[in-house]
Amino acid sequence: MTTNNLIPAISFEKKLSPSPLMNILVPVVSVILALLTGALLLALTGKDPLQVYSVMFYGAFGSKYGLTETVVKATPLLLAGLGLAVAFRMQLWNIGGEGQIYMGAFGATWVALTIPDQPAWVVLPAMMLAGAVAGGLWAVIPAIPRAYLGVNEIITTLMLNYVAILWIDYLVYGPWKDPAGYNFPLTPSFSESAILPTLGDTRIHAGLLIGVVLAIILYLLIFRTKFGYEIRVLGESPEAARYAGMNITGKIILVMMISGAICGLAGMAELSGVTHRLQQGFSPGYGYTAIIVAWLTKLNPLGIIIVALLFGGLQVGGFAVQMNGVPATVVSMLQGGLLFFVLGGEILTRYRISINSRRGDDTP
Amino acid sequence: MSSDIFIAILATAITTGTPILYAALGEILTERAGILNLGVEGMMLVGAVSGFMAALQTSNPWMGVFVAMLAGGAMASIHAFLTVTMRANQTVSGLALTIFGIGLSGYLGKPIVGTPLEASFRIFELPLLSSIPFIGPIMFKQDALVYLSYLIVPAMWFFIYRTKAGLNLRAVGENPAAADSLGINVFRIKYVYVIAGGMLAGIGGAYLSLMYVPTWMENIVAGRGWIAVALVIFATWNPGHALLGSYIFGGIDALGFRLQAMDVMIPSYFLKMLPYIFTIIVLILVTGKNAAKHIGAPQSLGLPYDREER
Repeated sequence: MTTNNLIPAISFEKKLSPSPLMNILVPVVSVILALLTGALLLALTGKDPLQVYSVMFYGAFGSKYGLTETVVKATPLLLAGLGLAVAFRMQLWNIGGEGQIYMGAFGATWVALTIPDQPAWVVLPAMMLAGAVAGGLWAVIPAIPRAYLGVNEIITTLMLNYVAILWIDYLVYGPWKDPAGYNFPLTPSFSESAILPTLGDTRIHAGLLIGVVLAIILYLLIFRTKFGYEIRVLGESPEAARYAGMNITGKIILVMMISGAICGLAGMAELSGVTHRLQQGFSPGYGYTAIIVAWLTKLNPLGIIIVALLFGGLQVGGFAVQMNGVPATVVSMLQGGLLFFVLGGEILTRYRISINSRRGDDTP
Repeated sequence: MSSDIFIAILATAITTGTPILYAALGEILTERAGILNLGVEGMMLVGAVSGFMAALQTSNPWMGVFVAMLAGGAMASIHAFLTVTMRANQTVSGLALTIFGIGLSGYLGKPIVGTPLEASFRIFELPLLSSIPFIGPIMFKQDALVYLSYLIVPAMWFFIYRTKAGLNLRAVGENPAAADSLGINVFRIKYVYVIAGGMLAGIGGAYLSLMYVPTWMENIVAGRGWIAVALVIFATWNPGHALLGSYIFGGIDALGFRLQAMDVMIPSYFLKMLPYIFTIIVLILVTGKNAAKHIGAPQSLGLPYDREER
C-alpha cells in the first residue's frame, strides 16, 4: 500500500517501559557528541579544539577561583531552572524566565533603594518577597490569556522578555541611574543590609542555599503531594485531568505564578549576591540557558542542581576562552548542540530501533 | 507635507515588515505540514550572518541571499530530522535550534561585527508602477527582495490552495494518517516543507543584514523571528494575510521610530516596546476570534506522526 516510504529500513518499536540504562547512557553520549560537533565547528573556523576545550575546562574547574565562579554562575541557572521546570511539568512553556529574572531584579532593587537603612533581616526578606512577587506577576500576565483563551504562552512569555529588558534599560539610564556613576547604565550600590552573605572569602552567596532548599521542596511538592500529582497529570494527559474534574484554569495561573516567582528570586539573588546593584544586561541569558538545564534533567528538581553546576562551568569556561580570542557565544552553540543530541537520543529510551532490509514493509 | 510623512511611514512599514514576512511565509509552509518550528529566530540569525559573509566575500548581494537560503535550510533540516524521524518534542527542538542559532551566528559573526557592506541591496523605482499616485511611492520605490516578496505571496497562495501538491501538503498537516493511506509520502513532505520554511527564514534574516541595517551585529534579528511565529497565527496560516500582518507590524515599528525622531516626550525605551506589546495584544484578540470562528491550526500541528499508531 505504501511502498514509497522514505525510511523503510529503520523501524521503531515502542518499549513497555523506558530503559534505565539508556536514561544514563543518552545524556553521557550526548555530551560527548556535542563536544565533538563543537570541535568540528571550531576546527572548521581555524581554531584548535583541544586547546579551546582545555582552556574552558581549566578556566571552570582548574583552580579554586574557577570552581567558586562556576558555583556563582550556577546559582541563577539553578533557581531559574527550577522555576521553569515547574511550568514545563504542566506543559506550560514558560520561555519568559529571562524577563522574570529582570523583573525580580526590579522588585528587589526597588526595596533596596527604598529602605537602605533598615537592618538586613528586614531588607533581605523584603527584597526576596518583592523579587518573587514581581517575577510572579510578570508571569501571570501571559498566564491569564493562556488559561482563559488558550493564547500561546510561548510567544507571549518571550515577548515580555524584551519588554522587561527595555524597562530595566529605561530605569538604569533614567530615573534610577547612579548620579556618581559616570553615566554608566547602573543604579547606585546597595547598602550593606541589602547584600546576601557569602561563603568565606569567595563570591559564593546565600542564593545557592536558597536554590538547594527550593530544589528539595519542589522535589517533594512534585512527587509527594496531591498538588504535584495533579500538575503531572495535567502535563501528561490533559484530557484525563479534565475528566477527573481538575480546575485547569486556576492551576495554569498558579503554576505560572510560582514559576515566575522562582525566576524572580534568581534575579534578586544575582543582584543581592553578585552585582550589588541593578545594571544593564546583568543576566547574560540565564533565563534561556535555564530552559536547557531544566530539560536535560527531564524536569527533575534534584537533577537541576547538578546540571546547573555543569552549565555554570560552561559559562565560566566561555569567559576563559574569550581571553584567547574565541567568542563566548561558542558556549550557547555547545548548549544548543547538546540539546539536539539529547532530543535525538531520547527516542532510544522509548523505542527499540531495528534496522532491516525489507523495503516498504510497514506491517510489524 | 503631512501626506509625504504618511507615505514615508507606509513605505518604511513595508521595508520593516519584509524580513518578518519572509520568515512568516516559511513558518506557514512548515506548520501546514504539521510541524511547529520555534527555531525561526535562530534560522534568521544564521541566515543573516552567513548571507552577510557571502555578500562581503563576493560583493554580490544575491550570493548572500543564496547562501542564507542554504544556511536556513540546513538549520531547518536538523529540526526536520529530530522531529520527523526521531519524533522529538517539537517545542523543545525548536527552542534548541534558536539557542544554537544565537550561539553559532554570534560565533561566526564576531570578526565582522559592524563591517560596512558595499554590496547591499539598493532601492530602485519600478518604471511606470512607481508613478501611480500614492501607491507608487509606497510600494514601488523599494528593493529587489521586497519586489520578490510581492511575487512569492500570490504564488504561495495559489500553490497551497489551488494545486495538487498544495492539497497534499494540507492533507499531511491536517490528517497525516489519512494522507498516508492515500499514498502520500508523509515523511518526505514534512522534510521538504520544514526545509523550505528554513530557507525562507534564512532570506528574512539576510534581508536584515543585506538591506535593512545593512551590516552584521549580534542578535540583529531582535525577536523578529518570534514575531513571525505569532504572525502565522494572526494570518490563519494564509500567505495573503501574512503580507498584511507583517506590514502592520512594520508600521508599528516604523511609527515608533518616527516618534523617536520627532522628539516626543515618551522615552525611546517605551517606543521600542511597541512591537512586542502589540504582538501580545494581537495574539490575544486573534486567538479569541479564531476560536469563535473555528479557525484553527492544522490539526496535527505539533504531534509526531507514528505509523504504528495509525
